[in-house]
Amino acid sequence: MEHGGDGGGGGCFPPMDLFRSEAMQLIQVIIPMESAHLSVSYLGDLGLLQFKDLNAEKSPFQRTYATQMKRCGEMARKLRFFKEQMSKAGLFPAARPTTAADMSLDDLEVKLGDLEAELTEINANSDKLQRSYNELVEYKLVLQKAGGFFQSALSSAEAQHRELSLAQSGEESLEAPLLPDQDVTTDPSKQVKLGFISGLVSREKLLPFERILFRATRGNIFFKQASIENPVTDPVSGEKVEKKVFVVFYSGERAKTKILKICDAFGANRYPFTEDLGKQAQMITEVSGRLSELKTTIDAGLLHRGNLLQRIGEQFEQWNHLAKKEKAIYHTLNMLSIDVTKKCLVAEGWSPTFATNQIQEVLQRAAQDSNSQVGSILQVLGTRESPPTFFRTNKFTTAYQEIVDAYGVAKYQEANPGVFTIVTFPFLFAVMFGDWGHGICLFLATLYFIIKEKKLSSQKLGDITEMIFGGRYVIILMSIFSIYTGLIYNEFFSVPYELFGRSAYDCRDLSCSEATTIGLIQVRDTYPFGVDPVWHGTRSELSFLNSLKMKMSILLGVAQMNLGIIISFTNALFFRNHLNVWFQFIPQMIFLNSLFGYLSALIIIKWYTASQADLYHVLIYMFLSPTDEIGENQLFPGQKMVQIVLLLLALVSVPWMLLPKPFLLKAQHERHHGQSYTTLHDTEESLLVDANHDSSDHEEFEFSEVLVHQLIHTIEFVLGAVSNTASYLRLWALSLAHSELSSVFYEKVLLLAWGYNNVFILIIGIIIFIAATVGVLLVMETLSAFLHALRLHWVEFQNKFYEGDGYKFQPFSTKVLGDDED
Amino acid sequence: MYGFEAMSFNIHGGYLEAIVRGYRSGLLTAADYNNLCQCETLDDIKMHLSATEYGPYLQNEPSPLHTTTIVEKCTLKLVDEYKHMLTQATEPMSTFLEYCTYGHMIDNVVLIVTGTLHERDVQELLEKCHPLGMFDSIATLAVAQNMRELYRLVLVDTPLAPYFSECITSEDLDDMNIEIMRNTLYKAYLEDFYRFCQKLGGATAEIMSDLLAFEADRRAVNITINSIGTELTRDDRRKLYSNFGLLCPYGHEELALCEDLDQVRGVVEKYPPYQSIFSKLSYGESQMLDKAFYEEEVKRLCLSYEQQFHYAVFFAYIRLKEQEIRNLMWISECVAQNQKSRVHDSVVFIF
Repeated sequence: MEHGGDGGGGGCFPPMDLFRSEAMQLIQVIIPMESAHLSVSYLGDLGLLQFKDLNAEKSPFQRTYATQMKRCGEMARKLRFFKEQMSKAGLFPAARPTTAADMSLDDLEVKLGDLEAELTEINANSDKLQRSYNELVEYKLVLQKAGGFFQSALSSAEAQHRELSLAQSGEESLEAPLLPDQDVTTDPSKQVKLGFISGLVSREKLLPFERILFRATRGNIFFKQASIENPVTDPVSGEKVEKKVFVVFYSGERAKTKILKICDAFGANRYPFTEDLGKQAQMITEVSGRLSELKTTIDAGLLHRGNLLQRIGEQFEQWNHLAKKEKAIYHTLNMLSIDVTKKCLVAEGWSPTFATNQIQEVLQRAAQDSNSQVGSILQVLGTRESPPTFFRTNKFTTAYQEIVDAYGVAKYQEANPGVFTIVTFPFLFAVMFGDWGHGICLFLATLYFIIKEKKLSSQKLGDITEMIFGGRYVIILMSIFSIYTGLIYNEFFSVPYELFGRSAYDCRDLSCSEATTIGLIQVRDTYPFGVDPVWHGTRSELSFLNSLKMKMSILLGVAQMNLGIIISFTNALFFRNHLNVWFQFIPQMIFLNSLFGYLSALIIIKWYTASQADLYHVLIYMFLSPTDEIGENQLFPGQKMVQIVLLLLALVSVPWMLLPKPFLLKAQHERHHGQSYTTLHDTEESLLVDANHDSSDHEEFEFSEVLVHQLIHTIEFVLGAVSNTASYLRLWALSLAHSELSSVFYEKVLLLAWGYNNVFILIIGIIIFIAATVGVLLVMETLSAFLHALRLHWVEFQNKFYEGDGYKFQPFSTKVLGDDED
Repeated sequence: MYGFEAMSFNIHGGYLEAIVRGYRSGLLTAADYNNLCQCETLDDIKMHLSATEYGPYLQNEPSPLHTTTIVEKCTLKLVDEYKHMLTQATEPMSTFLEYCTYGHMIDNVVLIVTGTLHERDVQELLEKCHPLGMFDSIATLAVAQNMRELYRLVLVDTPLAPYFSECITSEDLDDMNIEIMRNTLYKAYLEDFYRFCQKLGGATAEIMSDLLAFEADRRAVNITINSIGTELTRDDRRKLYSNFGLLCPYGHEELALCEDLDQVRGVVEKYPPYQSIFSKLSYGESQMLDKAFYEEEVKRLCLSYEQQFHYAVFFAYIRLKEQEIRNLMWISECVAQNQKSRVHDSVVFIF
């Protein structure tokens, strides 16, 4: 693999870390069984090897380390159990201690098992206690509430009795009379003894409960209920439920069995109750006493449990990390194929070529540390498979690389547009967002994120904040560029300032008004930087700025598209694909530049010569009637001749793009076919070509398909040259929209409010202005300009050269394990 | 026959149809079953299932697993999904979804009543009930002594009440009565569901009538086979057949007269769609009949997904999921009892 960091195929560019992805190699490692675990663990710490699954056809439980995986799963379950218990108890695991866990898997398993057993036992005990506690609480409620029924029944009965003038002792006192007498006397005709059942039932079940009772006993019951203010804890389920106390009076044994069954069916808890008021009071005190007793027991239990959980919490993160790491290691080990002799494992995987020595070192260290008699063997395998793409990014370049990756991961060693994106993306954004006032606001907001970076990256952020935080380095460059373009546009919240000296123009006499440029004469040198502030507010301001920005957009667009085509040239050189140089790059360059390159040249010439030629006219008639005289639109001598030549070149370049390449590919294929077996020297080179060719000689070569493919490419490019150039006009359109919107907010809100000379209205105006500026201009406009910049990169820029069909390098690394929370 | 479902179905049903199709793609595939059948222990099964949609439901189960736990958790998933759909559904889909559970309700009623008859503990019986067929006062069923009480006390509040009109007798409950009650209820339920689907019209009516007709015919065959050799008279037997389906009415006449399995076979084989079911079985064999019917049902249920804008997909999903749970239960039982050779006896692959 010699097309590595040392310039490889192209040779015309110095090696650049980001421009081409790292050179990768497929390596095979043969690891002795006894050092396998340690080796994989160390490799995980190194994090530079992407293991290939060599057991893809085996189901998870048929693999070598299935039992260990199960044990890890079991430990993870225990840890989840602890975590749940801790969060129930309101405890949080302590932050991960810096010392690495010095504990083996077996120790951890035993320890976790013991702790789980202890915890479940404590839980079971406290559950039991809690249950009886809840039962007592319910009992107490029943005693109080049902006592209330009897008392009220008593007092109403007494009222009746008084009428019947039945002499009873202690009528006035509520506590004194005995209830059994009362029962009999209230209904003396009935000889059957009335029984009753009291208890609690949940509120939503009360109605069906009563209904069923009524039906089951054919109405021969008397049902009383009382609500409880606070929800009580159900002893069985342990949940808070809204409940009601009920008392059912019935007669007869059959009714009783039925009612009991129904109570059971509805989960109504029954409690014994006595009619004797004295006994009631006694029971209440008894129950209260036991309640407080239980309470202390439960508290003691809770304290014990809390201590245990505290102890767990201190080491939780450490264990969790260890368990996750072990699981990851065994998962990786399961991907290795086991040798027939069962003495060693064979791993295959991708690694960057620069990491070979590191990997070897790590393997040696693992062999030493595990006292293995044989070391691991590392060898590089040749393969036709396309290696993964690996860019070494830092925290600044990551976000830009993400922008590119969101479109598609670069093919292996393909030119990476991310390098250019770092500058062009914020710049194109700024062209649309040119206002240095807004730029400063954006800059300050992002600066906050960057200064607080350390703190924010360690904590969990909201979805949108996370996004902004992740793109902070993109946004900071975007805002700096906006300040720059804002200075060029001379807009500060849409107001121009004479920052770089005074305006070049002044009134000739007193009659000239603001709204016209006619009365102005140039009195000084040209305004040194950006747009002259005098344009602001004039009648021709818009047409001047539009013309300026439109032309600028086309210049930027043609430049960026040319860059794209040039990158495709470097790709062709790098992969030694001469077909693409001669039959793709060159005609494409000619086509684009003979039309739009020429237009750009005209624009620049017009700026320099201050000619009044109509460029639309020039370009349109260049196609419609190239032989006609140009007349007053002539910008330079010999223009007509140049135009005819350019037009012919453009016409020629279309078939040039279309036809030769498929035929040459066909010829190449036939030649390859003839020499399938050649010297080894050639294969490596052909490997390079083939890997980046649509037709590798192992694939079927379908000429018609290649031709159609090329046809599509050509049409796409030719039409794209026109439509993409037009597409760049969005730079002008968004910039116009932005400046118009901000000037509307400034004039129609702020200046209008100012005009009323009223502090109150002014304050309201300022508030509205700030809200509109932040909400519309800083948030919405940023978003829309961002999206348009994104589009210009993904479509107009990258379609010139970028294939983006690679896959990312995902090494096995133990560092990223802790992050995924599920 | 077809209305303009494509125009308006998605207003109310689009979200749920998408949901149910998503659920369907989470069903275990033949590859999953092949892997499951190779499992050595229940832990292996758990490990394999944790890579499927069942993962979150099983991952927190401590390790010595039981078959019941697996089945319970899998059923819980179905119930959760069903509840999610039911809460999202509007009329008439919510009624349709509720109809899908009445079958379980009937089974639960019968289970509790039979259980109490044999003096089992109510709580124990409640645990065995299918959670989709639960209703508030189900535990109260234990109180009832005869059908009339059963109806008057409990079932009058449930959706099953209308189906009860035919079997209110004051006779004491016994096994035979209960079984007849189950079949009468089921008959009334299927007919009601059938009418309801016809009322909905469109593709729902078309597909559901096919599925329900199959269900009715299968029940007719099963009733016949199970009642051979019992004291059930021919007329009573005839009364238990639902009044629709492919076998109705001539097939029913003939089935009512059947005295052994081969006669049943002779009757049903006259109907071309059912020929294939019996052609798989040798004469006199009835054990595999259930599986053959299940396979045919699964095939029909899967076909309902070929069409869009109808409710039968919900019915089909619930049924398919139940079949899947039955499969898992069978596999787990085979694995737990070391009967791996019989694993394939009862597993019906869905895809």
